[in-house]
Amino acid sequence: MKTYTGNSVLKGIAIGNIYKYQKNNAKAERKAIIDIAGELDRFEDALEVAKGQLEILYREAVNHVGAEQAFIFDIHKMMLEDEDYLSCIRQSITQGINAEYAVQTAGKKFEELFASMDDEYMKARAVDMRDISDRVLSVLMGTAGDEITAKGPVIVIADDLTPSETVKMDKSKILAFVTIKGSLNSHTAILARSMNIPSLVNTSLLFEEISDGMLAVVDGFTGKLIVNPDEKVYAEMLQKQENWHLEEAEYKLLKGKENVTTGGKSIEIYANIGNVSDIDSVIESDAGGIGLFRSEFLYLGREDFPSEEEQYRCYKKVIDAMDGKKVIIRTLDIGADKKADYFQLESEENPALGYRAIRICLDKPEIFETQLRAIYRAAAGAKVGIMFPMIISIEEITRIKEIVTRVKEDLKREGYQIGEAELGIMVETPAAALMADELAKEVDFFSIGTNDLTQYTLAIDRQNPKLEKYCDTHHPAVLRLIRMITESAHKAGIWVGICGELAGDTDLTATFLDMGIDELSVSPSLVLRVRGAVRKI
Amino acid sequence: MKEFDYVIADPVGVHARPAGLLVKKASEFKSEIIISNGEKSAEAKKLISLMGLGIRNGDKIHCRIEGEDEEDALLEMQNFFRENL
Repeated sequence: MKTYTGNSVLKGIAIGNIYKYQKNNAKAERKAIIDIAGELDRFEDALEVAKGQLEILYREAVNHVGAEQAFIFDIHKMMLEDEDYLSCIRQSITQGINAEYAVQTAGKKFEELFASMDDEYMKARAVDMRDISDRVLSVLMGTAGDEITAKGPVIVIADDLTPSETVKMDKSKILAFVTIKGSLNSHTAILARSMNIPSLVNTSLLFEEISDGMLAVVDGFTGKLIVNPDEKVYAEMLQKQENWHLEEAEYKLLKGKENVTTGGKSIEIYANIGNVSDIDSVIESDAGGIGLFRSEFLYLGREDFPSEEEQYRCYKKVIDAMDGKKVIIRTLDIGADKKADYFQLESEENPALGYRAIRICLDKPEIFETQLRAIYRAAAGAKVGIMFPMIISIEEITRIKEIVTRVKEDLKREGYQIGEAELGIMVETPAAALMADELAKEVDFFSIGTNDLTQYTLAIDRQNPKLEKYCDTHHPAVLRLIRMITESAHKAGIWVGICGELAGDTDLTATFLDMGIDELSVSPSLVLRVRGAVRKI
Repeated sequence: MKEFDYVIADPVGVHARPAGLLVKKASEFKSEIIISNGEKSAEAKKLISLMGLGIRNGDKIHCRIEGEDEEDALLEMQNFFRENL
């Protein structure tokens, strides 16, 4: 038994025999050419054939994997029309070098150009350069790539795979991909995602150490490839695979179903996200909307404030992807444990109770206004909510509304299309919970942030492991507050949701339904689990 | 000659797809269109060297347009960047 580690593309378990995919690396030999015009013609003809192949591949890929992934073949065709690339080849031929060698040399040169770039995504494009050159080369040499010759479904292990190779593989014969090179941006990774099969890239494996037909397990949960598993591990993995299949099957049945109890009571189940890239998992989860879009990622891990334009793009991407479903964006909640140097926040003795979230925003309205402008622009024609964190008083809401009004007027005057966003607050301080009846008259919705509400109500630091035994997340004080908040909200005619971790706690789902909570917003991976719990009540 | 600066707002920068679209847009014009990112420059009609600029989010690019249809090209290129990048 031997275990290798790679970067997992997707969760899941594949068990099967190894199929080593080897390229037919026909190498072109350098030859001197006398009939230069004839050789140039030969190259131009091969180029046209290659471009024709790419057009067909593009159409096939649209059918198999969708236009999103198929576009790469359009890009390949454009690369084959690139003047720099073509003139590099034509020049060599004009100097009396055979077409094959000229293409191979140009391909290598441009491949290295991308491989040496310091951007991970651009590095991954070196494969595209190799792919287009190989394509022209195989036309010139009259060779074709390998097909999978295995009879049954296999785990395909390759050094790296080009888009042309992945798209022509018989998908019904593939259990998983494992590549030695490649990144999460590689075509293999993209294809694996669209096929929904567990796969590893950048795997620490020597091609020589494995051979065709060996039994192997790909564990997409841990990013492991286990070759020749012993009996114990094999049994464990079989069990893990079965559990995964059962869960998948159960969840599949829940997709498209309503969040309604046997008694006919219904509730919205939304998803929480912290980045634009989370959007795929939200769509996959079948969530009814986004109940908490944390905007901190825009501000963290960088040198300066994000521009209005950049924020607008991010919000718009998420809003467009949700295609008419509601998206609730929480304004900047920085401070406490989340910090960025350029905010120049002083260190505090008690950061959880300190200078953070709406307190910073109201103190530095220019930061706040940039964010609000971006959100209102992105909200045009969409269902969007904005919620404000760490609220403790009516005065704060009044000030927020003044700023919102100003921002909207400015945008209209500047000729922008803007949306009508619902305005809500996070209820996560005991102050807001106790004042809920008053606050409810001022806003369109409440979202209960149970993590902070619990910490502030119980006066227990969530991050201190010594306090774990005291930190009862189902503490009656917290549950009473949630009930109170819900009643106050409904009395004022507004809706109320929960977006903290408690929302995904299925032991409490029945309690929340009984309280009359309108929406639960949970991590995308929990949406179907909570739906399952609701439907069993 | 016309020119403009633009700060890339797209979170992922000039990836393959937008680069392809940019080349298609630039190829609609007779004018020479040069994009610079820092010290590196590329013709906007050449996909590979354009991708080679490695333009990322937050980069300030400079676009220089010269030719008989530079007026139209300026407008459309500016629009293209605003809408796509």
